[in-house]
Amino acid sequence: MNRVTAEKTEGIVPVQEAGRIRVQNVSRFFLQDSGPDVIALNNVNLDIEPGKFYSLLGPSGCGKSTLMRIIAGLDEATLGTITLDEEPIRGPHFLRGMVFQDPTLFPWKTIEENIASGLEARGILKEKKHEVQEYIRLVGLEGFEKVYPHQISGGMAQRASLARALVNHPKVLLMDEPLGALDAFTRMQMQEEILRIWQSRGTTIVFVTHDIDESVYLSDKIVIMTPRPGKIKEVIDVPLGRPRSRNHPDFWRIRSRILRIFGFSPDFADSYHI
Amino acid sequence: MAVTQPVSRGVPGEERHRIPIKTLLIYLLPLLLLGIFWAEYTFLPNAQTFTKKKYLAAAFPYFVGLYLVVFGVGLFKKNFRQKLTYRSPLISGAIGFLILWDLVTLKMGLLPLPQFPSPGAVVAALVSDAEVLFVSLYHSLGLLFTGYFLGLLFGLPTGILMGWFSTINYWLSPILRFIGPLPATAWIPVAMVIFPTSFVASVFLVALAAWFPITIMTWSGISNVNKSYYEVARTLGANVRYLIFKVAIPASLPSVFVGLFMGLGSAFATLVVAELLGVKSGLGWYVAWAQGWAEYAKVWAALVIMAVMFSGTTSLLFRVRDRVLVWQKGIIKW
Repeated sequence: MNRVTAEKTEGIVPVQEAGRIRVQNVSRFFLQDSGPDVIALNNVNLDIEPGKFYSLLGPSGCGKSTLMRIIAGLDEATLGTITLDEEPIRGPHFLRGMVFQDPTLFPWKTIEENIASGLEARGILKEKKHEVQEYIRLVGLEGFEKVYPHQISGGMAQRASLARALVNHPKVLLMDEPLGALDAFTRMQMQEEILRIWQSRGTTIVFVTHDIDESVYLSDKIVIMTPRPGKIKEVIDVPLGRPRSRNHPDFWRIRSRILRIFGFSPDFADSYHI
Repeated sequence: MAVTQPVSRGVPGEERHRIPIKTLLIYLLPLLLLGIFWAEYTFLPNAQTFTKKKYLAAAFPYFVGLYLVVFGVGLFKKNFRQKLTYRSPLISGAIGFLILWDLVTLKMGLLPLPQFPSPGAVVAALVSDAEVLFVSLYHSLGLLFTGYFLGLLFGLPTGILMGWFSTINYWLSPILRFIGPLPATAWIPVAMVIFPTSFVASVFLVALAAWFPITIMTWSGISNVNKSYYEVARTLGANVRYLIFKVAIPASLPSVFVGLFMGLGSAFATLVVAELLGVKSGLGWYVAWAQGWAEYAKVWAALVIMAVMFSGTTSLLFRVRDRVLVWQKGIIKW
């Protein structure tokens, strides 16, 4: 994408290079003193293509959050390797930004200072300070710059936390059930926001969720994971255009396919909205 | 006390002239009590002999004048009037207490002398010994701030290091647990011998008294920081220095301030005991000296000054807290 066009559409922040994540033979065991050892991840292989929107979908205990934490560098794989653009991952890095289920804004900082944290941590706040305002605009928090986190709603806090991760221009944005704590209305609004930001920023997104509709609505690819032991069951394509309609027959076809993979009958799914 | 403000009707300019009768009465209450006090002091016969200079009697016209000035300002400034109306019952209560005190001492002689002098005698002591009291206050403040500052200077780093490095915690926490609960005042006999002057010894004692709670609460604050703050900071590219100075320390400040308040309390206690026992200056020394001469009016006067000094220092710390922890506004309740 041409830099000039990018500046026109998204202010002065240029579109970022997207990264490719390769997960090779990754296993994660939790050794227990009492009781059997837990296999959180069993030999997982995954190639996350640059610029795509990936969802990790599965019930709790399927290892989706563990996999995400290992990609973020907050946890280590017992076996196997993970690379970002062929570079092995060792510990957290600002190029792999993360948004947690809880916004975890620093309560002692204003919204503006929170969003600037990444630049401050990397010691480049002075040179890049002007970008902070761009990201505040991008997530629609103008006017709340000087406000403290406890004064804003959960949805706004999650927007701020998204901007805080984006200000570092991550090649990959990891989102661990970021909308899990929000009410249904805010959730749908935030889904639109995330898509808009992703489309304008062009970064790779890995999105953890246990909501089938959400994953179909958002993703290019859905990584279906099953528990005990946590593993990838299938990676399915979502070849739908955007914006998507939750009522389109194609949407329902993919939804039914996922339900079948999890062992539910689609008829059951039609009568009960999971 | 909630005071209902007049509902503004008509032209806004007229608003300030419509003060409800009830508000006006509350507003005038201190003046009324001041008058009663003056009359009671002047016209009731004394049961005790009063040999001191009559500063209190001389001061009455000034008090009344001062209140009239305040009253006048309040008539024109609405904000000021509201504040004063809110405080008015409290001020009246204080004057009422003085009247009662004067009645049971000077006027009726119900309390024994010299231990319980009348308010007039305490005021006389405050005025006639003002110079000595001022010098004593100056020395006490010097000791308090030097000692407290040193305690802070050592307490904060000790707490931070203990909270962050487990090896340091391993060696220091047993020492802290063993020595910490020992009141700093227990060290007085030893400190007076070890240190060259009694002032240095007292500085050490006050510092020690402040150091312990500050260290404990800083340590506790650092070790109780929500771990997800560190995780977030690390995914944002933070190094260890950032994690300590920009995450751990700000996150632990609420707890640190609890320690600062506790430390200030023990510093006060230690300061007074140190001055009563060893140091040859300061308000504690003054109290002991006045008591030696059975001049209880001076003892009470020194206690009044001490109360002002300690509550002033505490409110100063509250101010600092409110500034530093401004992000907690609406969360904290103390």
